[in-house]
Amino acid sequence: MAAAAPLVIVGAGQAGGRAALTLRAEGYRGAILLLGEEPDPPYERPPLSKGFLTGERSLASFTFATTEALAEAGIDFRPGCRVLAIDRPAKQLRLADGGAIAYAKLLLATGRAARPLPGAQADEPRIFCLRTRADADQLRAALRPGARLAILGGGFIGLEVAASAMALGCAVTVIELAPALLSRCVPAPLAAILAARHQAAGVRILLGTGLQAVMATEQGLSLDLGGGRRLEADALLVGIGAVPRAELAVAAGLATDQGILVDARLQTSDPDIFAAGDVCALPDPSGNGHVRLEAWQNADRQGALAARNLLGAGLSYVELPWFWSDQYELTLQIAGWPARAARTVTRAIAADACILFHLDEQGRVLGAGGVGPAGLGRDLRLAQLMIERAARPDPAAVADPTRGLKTLLR
Amino acid sequence: MSWILVGAADALEAEDVMRFDHGGRTFAIYRSPSDAYFATDGLCTHEQVHLADGLVMDHIIECPKHNGRFDYRTGEAKGAPVCVNLKTYPVKLEAGRIMIELDD
Repeated sequence: MAAAAPLVIVGAGQAGGRAALTLRAEGYRGAILLLGEEPDPPYERPPLSKGFLTGERSLASFTFATTEALAEAGIDFRPGCRVLAIDRPAKQLRLADGGAIAYAKLLLATGRAARPLPGAQADEPRIFCLRTRADADQLRAALRPGARLAILGGGFIGLEVAASAMALGCAVTVIELAPALLSRCVPAPLAAILAARHQAAGVRILLGTGLQAVMATEQGLSLDLGGGRRLEADALLVGIGAVPRAELAVAAGLATDQGILVDARLQTSDPDIFAAGDVCALPDPSGNGHVRLEAWQNADRQGALAARNLLGAGLSYVELPWFWSDQYELTLQIAGWPARAARTVTRAIAADACILFHLDEQGRVLGAGGVGPAGLGRDLRLAQLMIERAARPDPAAVADPTRGLKTLLR
Repeated sequence: MSWILVGAADALEAEDVMRFDHGGRTFAIYRSPSDAYFATDGLCTHEQVHLADGLVMDHIIECPKHNGRFDYRTGEAKGAPVCVNLKTYPVKLEAGRIMIELDD
């Protein structure tokens, strides 16, 4: 009698790796296949733009499921494995190496890819993106002391790399089309603190500026910024967002809309296929549309939940959204649903430290965000707990930095 | 092994944490909600952030940066992003003062 088909996970990033480990932790004894395109076993991506780029951290220090640990857990991990297609009627995957794999249930954790520069020369070795360990290795080789680094996009990747490149002694210019940095998902007062910190470090920030064209010369890259302005650079990092890698799902006829559509249990439109992490679009808990979360916590927790649901647990994803960005000595954290708030209370702690509390009509904390030195993390965690408990703290007390937040939680 | 003076026991509030440096090393000292005292290494095993900046809730210390969680009584890592346990140290109170036992 043929062995039962395995549970198969496509994508060995944070969500896929966590899912594989969770299946075993939950006591599943059957076969597990973890297919990754990258050569490396599952690692955390956040250090790629920070400690790994500066050389302070090794890949081993943020690999959370080593090849040895996966083998010991009896997880069949296949690096460098590309899936070409999902044959749903046959419940099989077709692989780029010509092979085929049957699945009992499938988890798609294919993540996102860096959005490429429109019209860019794909073979220009001085234009970089940053998504994988291999990308980071290539970028790091270009960040020699004195190198002129241009960064297109004043978002998280761009600014984290800017801070790392300054630490490495590069001359850094950030080019941002919007009138402010981080304008897509960080409130203006917090973005302003980070912008001031970058300027103090010596980063040149060009707002309201687009990149018209890139000319590669022997000396370097010549960037046309429009209006006759040019910027000469030795390297260009393109940090203009990331697109969901939903190609397999689209081709297989699963429901997608800028990501793989899932229900609250992370099940796709095919009951035998789940999706988790950056690639999926989850129903907005408010009932309107879908949310697409791109963050470590989301990938990790969704990976764990998807594993339980592959085993039939039928659990809904209810984690509070939360993400961080570390730049210089500052940490930024945003939690909850700030966009739904009726009003915002500002807790101004210092010139470089501030927390915003976003309250609904009834004064309940729906979201919070803050930036400051690491010590601010304690208050930010308390703010998260306020959101989780739907606390209604006295706004005047919250705004007063001399009042401890812990006392307001009770 | 020897006992090292940390400071006055009442300098630390219940359900709180403080930093203590000694001999080129850094530690986190805890007072639990029931007024028991504990000590661990000071830096989170995830990204070398000082836990004295973190939040103590019951018997859990949470790293201020990425919410790594440990039981500070045992040092046990409580789930991603931390998976390496914290080292803990014996603590005693003597005449209202906190002492921790360190290798010489």
